[in-house]
Amino acid sequence: MEMFSSFWPWYVTGPLIGLYVPILYLLLNRHFGVSSTFRDICAACLRIDKPYFRYNWKDHRWRLLFVAGIAIGGFLTHPTLNTPAQGQVSGHTLSVLSSLGIKDFSSLVPGDLFSWPSVLSLKGLLLTVGGGFLVGFGTRYAEGCTSGHSIHGIATFQRASVVATVCFFLGGVFSTYVILPIILHL
Amino acid sequence: MISIVVLLLGILFGAILTNGEIISWFRIQEMFRFDAFHMYGVIGSAIFVGALSMQVIKWLHVRSMTGEQVVIERKEMGKGTVIGGLIFGAGWALTGACPGPLYALAGSGYAGFVIALLSAIGGALVYGLVSERLPR
Repeated sequence: MEMFSSFWPWYVTGPLIGLYVPILYLLLNRHFGVSSTFRDICAACLRIDKPYFRYNWKDHRWRLLFVAGIAIGGFLTHPTLNTPAQGQVSGHTLSVLSSLGIKDFSSLVPGDLFSWPSVLSLKGLLLTVGGGFLVGFGTRYAEGCTSGHSIHGIATFQRASVVATVCFFLGGVFSTYVILPIILHL
Repeated sequence: MISIVVLLLGILFGAILTNGEIISWFRIQEMFRFDAFHMYGVIGSAIFVGALSMQVIKWLHVRSMTGEQVVIERKEMGKGTVIGGLIFGAGWALTGACPGPLYALAGSGYAGFVIALLSAIGGALVYGLVSERLPR
């Protein structure tokens, strides 16, 4: 259990994540991917008369169980790892973020934007409600996210996944340099 | 039985995302600003290990535990791959979390990420409502 009380280098984390591609195929013959559960949750909880939601979500119950596990895993490990960003994250990134007005570097996410009640500020809501919406809409339109496209898709040599991943980064860089500074200066 | 294994795999995945700092908003900012190798190392080595192990499965004709041959999910290329990809990327830089970390952070009790996760589900809902009218 000791290994869960410290941060891991990339060469431990990356290979462990990569193993989920073969494990899920070998166990269930299903592909590794997280964002499809957003659709499953809509289909399971709401009765919507649209073709996109007309499928048997119960065939994909394993995915809902998997993401419930992710939430539990986050709950179990996060408190022991809630340490300051300094020392881990690049000093250059932190000084740029500091100049953009972020003050709280005491945990893995800036508390002055994401914790209660500061999340109810205009900045907080734009980042969470706005950012979250783009994540849900975008991943469903692109039919995959970092797990389904960037890891599973590229690992199985799929052209669409390479294109999708390039676009994820183009969108992310644009947002980092253009949209985020605007929001943080509001 | 299989349900318990899947749940445990999920719990372990949540721990990997946390211990690997993939849930760190600062690490995602660092990645999009090209200030460190960490996230590129994680994604790159994940792809390498995933690709290598899928090749081994192919060479040795390993079957899935379901008894079937392993069938790789095909990702279709379309306008959505580009437009949706750009939209997701833009959102990822704001939340600092892609879908897996959204679940992990919501589970760890961050108010902001419970909201972001619900909004992501809302984003998928809106996508489903308008998808027929979007360019394919």
